[in-house]
Amino acid sequence: MATVNENIATGSSIDARVPEGAMHEKWETRIKQMKLVNPANKRKFEIIVVGTGLAGASASAALGELGYHVKTFCINDSPRRAHSIAAQGGINAAKNYPNDGDSVWRLFYDTVKGGDYRSRESNVYRLAQVSNKIIDHCVALGVPFAREYGGTLTNRSFGGAQVSRTFYARGQTGQQLLLGAYAAMNRQIQTGKVETFPKREMMDLIVVDGVARGVIMRNLVTGEFETHLGDAVCLCTGGYGNVYYLSTNAKNCNVTAAWRCHKRGAYFANPCYTQIHPTCIPASGSYQSKLTLMSESLRNDGRIWVPKAKGDKRPANQIPEDERDYYLEERYPSFGNLVPRDVASRAAKERCDAGYGVGATGQAVYLDFRDAIERDGKQTVAAKYGNLFQMYEEITAEDPYQVPMRIYPAVHYTMGGLWVDYDLQSTVPGLFVLGEANFSDHGANRLGASALMQGLSDGYFVIPYTIGNHLASSKLEKVTEDHPACKEAMVEARNKIESLINVNGSKTVDSFHRRLGAIMWDYCGMARTAEGLQTASERIRELREEFWNDVKVLGSGADFNQNLEHAGRVADFLEFAELFAHDALHREESCGGHFREEHQTPEGEAKRDDENFKYVAAWEFKGVGEQETLHKEELDFVECKPSTRSYK
Amino acid sequence: MRIKLKVWRQAGPDQPGRLETHEVEDVNPDMSFLEMLDVLNEKLMLEGKEPIAFDHDCREGICGTCGVMIDGQAHGPNRNSPTCQLRMRSYKDGDTILAEPFRAKAFPVLKDLVVDRSSFDRLQQSGGYVSVNTGNAPDANAIPVPQKIAEHAMSNAACIGCGACVAACKNASAALFVGAKVSHLSFLPQGKGERHERVLNMVAKMDEEGFGACTNTSECQAACPAGISVQAIAKMNREYMAASLLAEE
Repeated sequence: MATVNENIATGSSIDARVPEGAMHEKWETRIKQMKLVNPANKRKFEIIVVGTGLAGASASAALGELGYHVKTFCINDSPRRAHSIAAQGGINAAKNYPNDGDSVWRLFYDTVKGGDYRSRESNVYRLAQVSNKIIDHCVALGVPFAREYGGTLTNRSFGGAQVSRTFYARGQTGQQLLLGAYAAMNRQIQTGKVETFPKREMMDLIVVDGVARGVIMRNLVTGEFETHLGDAVCLCTGGYGNVYYLSTNAKNCNVTAAWRCHKRGAYFANPCYTQIHPTCIPASGSYQSKLTLMSESLRNDGRIWVPKAKGDKRPANQIPEDERDYYLEERYPSFGNLVPRDVASRAAKERCDAGYGVGATGQAVYLDFRDAIERDGKQTVAAKYGNLFQMYEEITAEDPYQVPMRIYPAVHYTMGGLWVDYDLQSTVPGLFVLGEANFSDHGANRLGASALMQGLSDGYFVIPYTIGNHLASSKLEKVTEDHPACKEAMVEARNKIESLINVNGSKTVDSFHRRLGAIMWDYCGMARTAEGLQTASERIRELREEFWNDVKVLGSGADFNQNLEHAGRVADFLEFAELFAHDALHREESCGGHFREEHQTPEGEAKRDDENFKYVAAWEFKGVGEQETLHKEELDFVECKPSTRSYK
Repeated sequence: MRIKLKVWRQAGPDQPGRLETHEVEDVNPDMSFLEMLDVLNEKLMLEGKEPIAFDHDCREGICGTCGVMIDGQAHGPNRNSPTCQLRMRSYKDGDTILAEPFRAKAFPVLKDLVVDRSSFDRLQQSGGYVSVNTGNAPDANAIPVPQKIAEHAMSNAACIGCGACVAACKNASAALFVGAKVSHLSFLPQGKGERHERVLNMVAKMDEEGFGACTNTSECQAACPAGISVQAIAKMNREYMAASLLAEE
């Protein structure tokens, strides 16, 4: 199979500019090295922040507090609606409040191991270091985390860890953290330091003399195009899980802003790393528009099982104890139901594929609270998970207090994203990428409660330092809207919208999106093969051609047109999907969320190849449908020696 | 099952609106109301007709983007549940459903079922925060918050900002929304420093944005998908009273 990789154009290797020195001193060293912007000069700088999830809202607030003038954009009608709001379970920190042996080092180690040794150690270490400050700051902002009776903060445990380090606010942690960051941003809006532009979609990045200097935005209400110029751009636009059509992402999540930056020179790293979350409500019909996640925290008390007998169609409560297969507890005795997401997801798929799945479709396993209710009482269980149980009942019309939940894995979080260096700067100077939109911290798999941590770490505690260094050490000439680079980007953005309307074909945008999603799920989903990925590439290419010949977009580009918005996003997903499949094809190993059937142990576990693939694959755009150039960032593991990831 | 949908169509903010009737066939009881609209929109587009614009995003009941008056009720017939969580099993074959945008002076219609709720953002900007700069906070456990208090704060902080409270109110009052925010922060020690300014500014902003006065009919509580209690309004009134008296001193 070496042929795939022999055909790839390999460019120069890339340097992440990680500071020298011991792991625990790197961030401090970097802060010392950085140039500072004089407080009086900060107000002269304009910073553009795209996206208002945890990363974007926290960055906007923190940069506004420092005195920069910040322009913040989001596609929703309010910054508060970014998809971070849907995160349920919690946020990790190395506080060691429960006194169970946690430390910055252990949080770091768990995260690197959980990411299957494909994340950048130095970034993860910094993430663990600032994690404690995040909790302090969020509490100060008024985030109502769960408390013990005495008034101290309480913790719970999550997959991939043997300590309790997850802070939470009922099942609405993402909501509360986002509202905290949104409130901090509102305070800056009130002072005039932050200006907000809701209902804007980023159409292009303006690059002047190789440096990011602005964005082209489309006002989604009026259809008007706008040029916004600044001294740096922060992209905080989340992940691309909706390339699968069905995912747990909000309907508006998309790859467009990141993809357009990629086309302007930002390398795209590890696009094939997609997390399939194990605890999702199974799909029920073909009209299904999205999937709903049940928080992973349910695995603390819920036991996962399937019947021992193939095709056992008895109602769950009629299956006696000795005829139940608690397969996670059997296979992974020390982590049990709390194994990491990729492990739990694959195990569920394996059982269903082998014919033991439950429910009408056979594509589900049980998540059972019977024992927890017997042990702790219904009230205790309800206090912990009440809203999740209610949500499950609303969707499925089944009462999880009476019958076990049915769950199945679903596309959730994307670990790939635009490549960034240690300072979160992309390969386009002046373009910083934060949160899920970048690639750096989660490797090939993300542990629970670490996404919220990264979004806020990047926004509150990393970017305020590193962006200052960029501004203080670059000579940024004044750019105006009549600069050729601005005009060119504007013309291209307008043309794209017009060409979508002009196709005037016969098939709806949604039908293309569904077909793309089916290709992705079938061939680039939980298990991948070389043959399947090649098929996927061909089909995506054909689908893209068909889209541009036969898509039907109604209405005009001159007003509020949701169908047109969707069309633009699907057009970009179609281009992006091909890179995704290609990245998955070239990575001849299994790691985290990327499982290549050719590379597994005799027990069916993922088999990494550290000798050949211990690198970040950062792809350079070469034209639509053209093979991209591969740049490698070699990963050094100094503190956490790669070992076979075992949760037995 | 077969559903007849009467739906509000309005091309733009300054355009006249009207009700349009559509038949939707093959409605599956497990579908959400929004998925039923998706199915109808697919059909409309294939017929070359403009799809119905409606707000939605997470479809998990948490982002607060969706929201429609369904048969005259904000978010439809189910109590404490947003539009995206309304399943078609709440209806039966042959039912007629009326879908209109949230109506309030402070929420102008943008198109069809989509309204502009930016007034809610401006309310929050007028004081719904704790003034603390990033990076200087003391250890999170330095100020204990009794569990009960934290739970009260959380119950109020759970507001999803959908605007159903305003739409359900005959006066289009934002009292429940502002009450929730004021309650959330005034319960916590972190928010106490600015509690007086906060409530005075936010209440003044409500009037400025064109929201009506609260007449304690509690329709807001019945419509709220987050289950915010009208006690939040009482709390806001108490806070307002105290702040006004102190301001006069």
